[in-house]
Amino acid sequence: MSRLNKTLQQIARYPSAVLGLAVIALLIGIAIYTVATIPYSEAIRLWRGGEAIWGDYPRTAQPIWTDWLTSDQLPRSIVLDSTTSPDVEKTIDGDPEASHRQTLIYTFDYPYDGFPQELVIFMQGTFLDRRPHASLTWITPDGREIRMGEMAVRSAETYRPGQDSRLQRRLRGDSAEIGLFVDPEAENRTAMKGTYQMVLDVDLFEPEADVEAKLVIHGQVHGLAGTDHRRRDLTVALLWGTPVALAFGLLAALGSTLTTMIIAATGVWMGGWVDSVIQRVTEVNMILPFLPILIMIGTLYTRSIWVILSVVILLSIFGSAIKTYRAIFIQVKESPYIEAARAYGASNTRIIFKYMIPRIIPMIIPGLVVSIPTFVFLEASLAILGLGDPVLPTWGKLIDDARSNGALFQGHYYWMLEPFVMLMLTGLGFATLGFALDRIFNPRLRGL
Amino acid sequence: MADVPMTSEAVAVPRERGRTTSSTFIRVFRYTAIRLLALVISVVFGVYLTILVANMGGAVDDIRRGQIREGVAMMLSMDPDLRQLSRAERDVLAAEYIAIAEARFGLDQPFIVRSFRFLQNALTLDLGRAEHLTSDSGSRQVRQIILERLPPTLVLFATANLFLFFFSVTLALFLSRRYGTFLDRMVIAFSPASSAPSWFYGLFLILFFAAMWGVLPYGGMVSAPPPAQTSAYLLDLARHMVLPVSAMVLSGIFASTYSWRTFFLIYSSEDYVEMAKAKGLASRDIERHYILRPTLPTIITSFALMLISMWTGAIILETVFNWPGLGRLFFSAINLYDTPVIVGETVVYAYLLALTVFMLDFVYVLVDPRVKIGGKGGA
Repeated sequence: MSRLNKTLQQIARYPSAVLGLAVIALLIGIAIYTVATIPYSEAIRLWRGGEAIWGDYPRTAQPIWTDWLTSDQLPRSIVLDSTTSPDVEKTIDGDPEASHRQTLIYTFDYPYDGFPQELVIFMQGTFLDRRPHASLTWITPDGREIRMGEMAVRSAETYRPGQDSRLQRRLRGDSAEIGLFVDPEAENRTAMKGTYQMVLDVDLFEPEADVEAKLVIHGQVHGLAGTDHRRRDLTVALLWGTPVALAFGLLAALGSTLTTMIIAATGVWMGGWVDSVIQRVTEVNMILPFLPILIMIGTLYTRSIWVILSVVILLSIFGSAIKTYRAIFIQVKESPYIEAARAYGASNTRIIFKYMIPRIIPMIIPGLVVSIPTFVFLEASLAILGLGDPVLPTWGKLIDDARSNGALFQGHYYWMLEPFVMLMLTGLGFATLGFALDRIFNPRLRGL
Repeated sequence: MADVPMTSEAVAVPRERGRTTSSTFIRVFRYTAIRLLALVISVVFGVYLTILVANMGGAVDDIRRGQIREGVAMMLSMDPDLRQLSRAERDVLAAEYIAIAEARFGLDQPFIVRSFRFLQNALTLDLGRAEHLTSDSGSRQVRQIILERLPPTLVLFATANLFLFFFSVTLALFLSRRYGTFLDRMVIAFSPASSAPSWFYGLFLILFFAAMWGVLPYGGMVSAPPPAQTSAYLLDLARHMVLPVSAMVLSGIFASTYSWRTFFLIYSSEDYVEMAKAKGLASRDIERHYILRPTLPTIITSFALMLISMWTGAIILETVFNWPGLGRLFFSAINLYDTPVIVGETVVYAYLLALTVFMLDFVYVLVDPRVKIGGKGGA
């Protein structure tokens, strides 16, 4: 324990190491928070979900904070549901036992500068034989009334004013997203701010019939992280990418380093054919192309991140590191304390695990820490090649999605920059800590 | 990419005196033979493993059989002349076509037999014909396809790696004499930036220089259509190379300089360097004769490995920049299950690597008189 304390004190003397540790602590915090709040199965369900889950979210909307950088205020999403929202007024005219009329009035404030991205009205009709008949009217803040559309309501009816060509003709060629909000007096087509109303008149022909409707006005900004082309909230992937990246990096680095160390120590201690077999296997493995084999496994066998992880560890075990460790172990093997252990009759396993390996652990810790980001980036690399895990949301898959959906060409820079920042944070956090540890544990470098 | 191998294969042993030349010759010969044998065995194993993986241990054959069956069924159903044939007759005909097609791909033999024939062909550099890919000139010869993709990869990676190598070694030598200065501390502070791979910086640079500011192209090697004049062509090529080269340099420069600098520093604190300083030798001479000379084996190793690493290109960087090189060829070959191309590229790399490792042992002897071939534990 006192040794750990001493190490921590030494780390505290390097500001870069403290910074690195802080970043790592932050990432671990995010990872724990994520796993605690969004369980694994829930994350997969959310990320694979379609319109049923993400219907109320806008498509490729920027994060809200980008709006703070400019003086104008971009529209947020507005969702008014007649079953839950208090801003929807529901009145019934006529005899409820016969044909009657139901009026739903949606009232909302629109203080934003741009036009909304999309308007959708989801209607749910309850009836036995005769479909209710709905007609929609739009009332602008200056009191103009615009007839939107009329339709017979099925049990589930979606009306998208933006795709209604008759409405577009009535709006003199503007699509509904612009035409319903534009200020006719203004010179350069700006949105009119103020209180809007949408009136939904429904004629019901049966006593038990009913219509509930949800008005969704998709904004241009959404949430902390924005959304992607399938309306999914990027925070899900950014959050879940953290535990995945950390687990992948840590397991791969730990797994390969420890096994490599044990194999190198065994080879050096046993010598003879064991050593030469290990040497030859390493040479064969160095000829095998590492990334292409991973790609082949991903393409031909499975893309599960955990299988890929095992292959990464397997291929890294007999890497060039084995030669480096071997060189260190050859020196260790000749030390007097090993001879002493041999003299009292310690077994081979005891010498390898209790005498040789503990001796070089301080020397390999910095390398281990520095290698973590390599594996984190490896996961992202595979995702860029389209070989990411098909179900899990990861940072690499966000970059891949952004790339393949033209985020760069359409100016959705946030989409790519957010996973970039997370990857860079992870990389820098572990690398700065590792470099500082290198100077602490390898005294030969301390003065340099 | 930027890691510096600190250990060399051959071991430095004190020169023993009084041995006869004939025993030296036998020793060198024996050492060379054993070393060659070991390398050949590793190449054979490595290539055979690649063949196994690239064929999924034979499972790719099933995919291919399925494709053949589907193709034949399609062909028969489309042919109006065969409509009148009865079902049994058609089945016979289909079986015949399938057998011919399978024989053409060699699928009538068991996979294990064919895998050894693949191995033999690969090792004799008879790279054969690709199954799906063609070169831009339309050739199916794997050799043609690879030769066509080699120049773009070499142009890009030679520029970036040679610059990176010589710049970082020179800068490191410069810093090792002035360690502790502001510039030195900057390099140390920035070295963690190299934990990100080059494609990462590549995407970053594309985002700013191509997407946001539009001053440089997104990717590709030349504009379409390519400029007719040679000078204009070269200028266009250079414009397309700016971003990928910068990405590689950015991701490599700091860690590479840092590790070379530390390496030189360790050597410049040796007693003989202090001695040379005490004698009052010029710092140029000290650098050249007392620091560079003993570190030459490591520098040469690193340089040689860098040279052959150019052969494979970089799959992801080339994908990100849409660069028509060997890395992307490899990737598309994998996606199309085009095993001849995969094996062809691997076997050439394995040969280059083995040859380099073999040559290095002899180069060490030439540049470092302390190294003796075939010394104790030298294999």
